[in-house]
Amino acid sequence: MAMAALRREGRRFAPLISSPNPINAIRSTLAPAEEQVGLGVRSISTQVVRNRMKSVRNIQKITKAMKMVAASKLRAIQVRAENSRGLWQPFTALLGDTPSVNVKKNVIVTISSDKGLCGGINSTSVKISRALHKINSGPDTECKYVILGEKGKAQLIRDSKKDIELILTELQKNFLNYTQVSVLADDILKNVEFDALRIVFNKFQSVVSFLPTTATVLSPEIVERESEAGGKIGDLDSYEIEGGETKSEVLQNLAEFQFSCVMFNAVLENACSEQGARMSAMDSSSRNAGDMLDRLTLTYNRTRQASITTELIEIISGASALEG
Amino acid sequence: MFRQVAHRILTRSTTTYSAGAAATIRRPYSTEVVADASSGDSAFVEAWKKVAPNIDPPKTPIQYMEPRPPTPSTLPSKLTVNFVLPYSAELSKAEVDMVIVPATTGQMGILPGHVPTIAELKPGLLSVHEGNDVKKYFISSGFAFVHSNSYADILAVEAIPLDRIDQAQVQKGLSEFTQKLNSASTDLDKAEAQIGVDVHSALNSALTG
Repeated sequence: MAMAALRREGRRFAPLISSPNPINAIRSTLAPAEEQVGLGVRSISTQVVRNRMKSVRNIQKITKAMKMVAASKLRAIQVRAENSRGLWQPFTALLGDTPSVNVKKNVIVTISSDKGLCGGINSTSVKISRALHKINSGPDTECKYVILGEKGKAQLIRDSKKDIELILTELQKNFLNYTQVSVLADDILKNVEFDALRIVFNKFQSVVSFLPTTATVLSPEIVERESEAGGKIGDLDSYEIEGGETKSEVLQNLAEFQFSCVMFNAVLENACSEQGARMSAMDSSSRNAGDMLDRLTLTYNRTRQASITTELIEIISGASALEG
Repeated sequence: MFRQVAHRILTRSTTTYSAGAAATIRRPYSTEVVADASSGDSAFVEAWKKVAPNIDPPKTPIQYMEPRPPTPSTLPSKLTVNFVLPYSAELSKAEVDMVIVPATTGQMGILPGHVPTIAELKPGLLSVHEGNDVKKYFISSGFAFVHSNSYADILAVEAIPLDRIDQAQVQKGLSEFTQKLNSASTDLDKAEAQIGVDVHSALNSALTG
């Protein structure tokens, strides 16, 4: 519209101005990407601002789409996470919760995501894991890491490389199910010696709130030790053991089953938290892109109006110079 | 600004959820995350504060659970059963008269006031008796805990109501695995075939018995 007005103005003054200047003037505004500063430049270019606006608009579209995708994935996985919440409760009811247990071999299982752009949940998990490591590593105790997920690996490999026992990635490539998690748990139990396993994950409370949590699973020997010492697991002895040849065999199976159940719930909750965090991160990103687009539009309009004004001034001064 | 963002996201998410029927079905444990303000294990919180005073200590599972009632002095009339699977909570705090679980030492009946027990389960028939109602499931292995306050927790990996099982498939599976057992060479193959035979014969007896 501005260009059409310019062209009309140019045509009106064309008979008065015999020089090819007005044609140059029009051509220079139509020409793309001219320097804003420099000698002999007639107009201020809006192309730079226009390019920026195009890229910001694309980013906004992409982040909006990512938010929709995360919302739909969240809906699907939230149902499964909530259904699996009953699975760890019987174990806590039976064995209690002992995060402050003092053992020689601690293993911290950090659950993180494979993909990024999900807000701060992976950093939170890694911070908690590092603090747990500090609490539990002393002169006669040791503390190792088992990492699930690329993002946790990237952060922990920088300073704790020698403490990492096992790294498992690409969990969510196939649909998360109990069989996969129990195979994983089996892997960890076979390859890592432990007295206590501390699983660190983000528990999904709502779309905007994720609670960092640590669940503790003890090996059967430690369970025996703690039950003898009294305290939280004190009354384990009062339970009759049915099945299996010996009590220790049943307790071994119990510990393994507990680990796989707690892991299953933890992995699902973390996946939920990841999708929720991604939703809110992408939402704030779209909103920021929208704000940036508003500011750029204002700049664009100012630039455009300034260049039109400059053109008009040139034409009119040219015309009046010829007249007067 | 963050409150606005949070509010907008919350309203947006409720509109997306109300679109599906899932939101209206009340799922057990869906509102379980209570996360009570009383910090769980004080020794843990102390140790945490010494090491990382600027970070909030993580929550522990006991803070998300409703505490179980203590052992009553008189015998309760009903047994409270939680029957959970990885994919769903079949029974959540259901008050029943009796459950019969397939422990590795045989079928075990659990009544209110049963002595506290930890029982390992083998594949078999689980029946829940409520008045004249009997619900039967075929479960894979798992564990059953009976607590002194007449709470029973049954955990299994898979559970199928009996009427969903196809007799013909069971027979076919049984013959297939018996054949595999006879022709198995390595220990691992033998063990796998043996498990298959056990499960199918348990299925068979559950369907007929």
